Amino acid sequence: MSVTAFLTDSTLCIGCKACEVACKEWNGVSEDGLDWSGFSYDNTGAVGASTWRHVKFVEQAPTPGLGGNAEQASWTFSSDVCKHCENAGCLEACPTGSIVRTEFGGVFIQPDICNGCGYCVASCPFGVVERNPKDGRAFKCTFCYDRQKVGLQPACAKACPTESIKFGEIDTLRAEASRRLEELHARGMEDAVVYDPAQTSVGGTHAMFIVRGDPRAYNLPPAPEVPTVYLKKGWRSSALAAGLLLTGTLLAFLTDGRNSR
Amino acid sequence: MSDSVPIQGFEGEEVKRERRLEEIRREAEKHRQLQVVGTRPSGAPFPKASAESGYYGIPLLKQAPWTWEIPLYFFVGGAAGAAAVVGAVADYTGADRELVQHARWIAAAGAVISPALLISDLGRPERFLTMLRVFKPQSPMSVGVWTLLGFSTAATAAAFAGFLRSRYGASMPVRVLENAGQAASLAFGLPFSNYTGVLIGATAIPVWNRSVGDLPLHFAASGLGAAVGILELMGHRKNRALQALGLGAALFETWEGLRIEGRSHSHLHPLKHGASGWVTRAGGVLSGPVPTGLRLASLFTSRKRSECLRRWAAFASIAGSLATRFGWIAAGKTSAQDWQEPLRPADALTESGA
Repeated sequence: MSVTAFLTDSTLCIGCKACEVACKEWNGVSEDGLDWSGFSYDNTGAVGASTWRHVKFVEQAPTPGLGGNAEQASWTFSSDVCKHCENAGCLEACPTGSIVRTEFGGVFIQPDICNGCGYCVASCPFGVVERNPKDGRAFKCTFCYDRQKVGLQPACAKACPTESIKFGEIDTLRAEASRRLEELHARGMEDAVVYDPAQTSVGGTHAMFIVRGDPRAYNLPPAPEVPTVYLKKGWRSSALAAGLLLTGTLLAFLTDGRNSR
Repeated sequence: MSDSVPIQGFEGEEVKRERRLEEIRREAEKHRQLQVVGTRPSGAPFPKASAESGYYGIPLLKQAPWTWEIPLYFFVGGAAGAAAVVGAVADYTGADRELVQHARWIAAAGAVISPALLISDLGRPERFLTMLRVFKPQSPMSVGVWTLLGFSTAATAAAFAGFLRSRYGASMPVRVLENAGQAASLAFGLPFSNYTGVLIGATAIPVWNRSVGDLPLHFAASGLGAAVGILELMGHRKNRALQALGLGAALFETWEGLRIEGRSHSHLHPLKHGASGWVTRAGGVLSGPVPTGLRLASLFTSRKRSECLRRWAAFASIAGSLATRFGWIAAGKTSAQDWQEPLRPADALTESGA
């Protein structure tokens, strides 16, 4: 089995939300409600328990060659998804073993094992996993594990009309990303970057993004950390606390015993 | 083409719109792009997404979905773990029998209440059991649930055996159960009283993970203060060892509070501002300076007055420990809502000395 990945190229995204719809239909994900965000044409906001693909509508200052040239705003769209980290915070934190790494390299929550403790929610550096309030369990993108099992590409990639969402073997896509970046730079889009935090403790992702400008405008964190990096310091402090508690209690009772008897 | 050329059959507004088309064409020929404003939709100008303003200020992280059961569990577990340690050490050093048994009852009560609170948070009892199908050392929650299991077994066994011994005398099996239970509840109680600090410290939430080096010590002192307080409220207000332990815990909490107040990192913001800040600060004052002052005062007063002061110190420590746990969980929720913190570049993050 090859290790697979997504490459989401926001320079090709037209914001049609076909990926969101395809994901919801294939995976049977519930609706989000019809709420208006009131600040942009993005009324979904972020990925969550009932949104596994989410198209961000990034309004920016006008840039030549990037859609409209009006004074007010230009749009780029970027379809966000679970990053399927190489070192996944949710997977490490899960106390039930429900979250596993599949043979395709994706991170998968087994819904029949998840107990809804919510620890993965607080452990995801990208804010992807969410507990479904009605059901009590945690949900996120499955990387269409069922489809990949039978050799199909994920529903979102299949539905994408512009091939903004590319799916394939991870090394091929990494090469494709750098090739595409060169192409964009050659066309004058010098602010195009690949987002794949390989230098951080997350160690790279199975969902890479090509965006224009600073990835922070797309809510992509510049320094995501897998929370296991804090364990050493935490357990050291815990051992110190236990040692102090034991010696303190011993001292208190030993000196007291001497005085009162 | 000239603006002055009259257009056949057009007048008024129609002429203006035709002229606008000519204007647009001229603009496009000159600059290769249009600089002029077209239609302004209502609500314009829209907020822009940028490196500084993030994605419209939508939080990047998700809040831990924990309700009141979890901070209450932190409190109960911390007090029960510390009580087990106090009870076992008191027994080994030959302190009075009643104090030992009372400490065991506190530990046993915590051992029963803790899983009940966790099950209440999970929703269904069998969901607790799924945590017992694996042991993952890299997951503080997995380590914690096994510690809780060991602690619950040991603490209830020790309390039960102590009860049997006081009622029916010390037969051999009872003594074996009591000693084994006590030794195990000491061994499990030590990590049980503070592991919750590692639990929230090893997450993606900035206010928690930046404090990971402090949290276990802070929570252990908080748990000890509460355990001593409960023992004092059960009548042990003359015990000098408990007084020393209560004073030690209160002094540590005072120092911890000063440490937090003395640091001005933006990730500590939820500990000092807003509702979570007020609860954390109230917890800090109630478990630090208040019992410290009351306990010091009780050293220099008459016996009767001293007991009264210690009773108030006990109340303060218990309330403080409870508020501390609720405050830290609330601070974590506020911190997750802060979209700016996770968007800070790496070099700005490394300087913090959690």
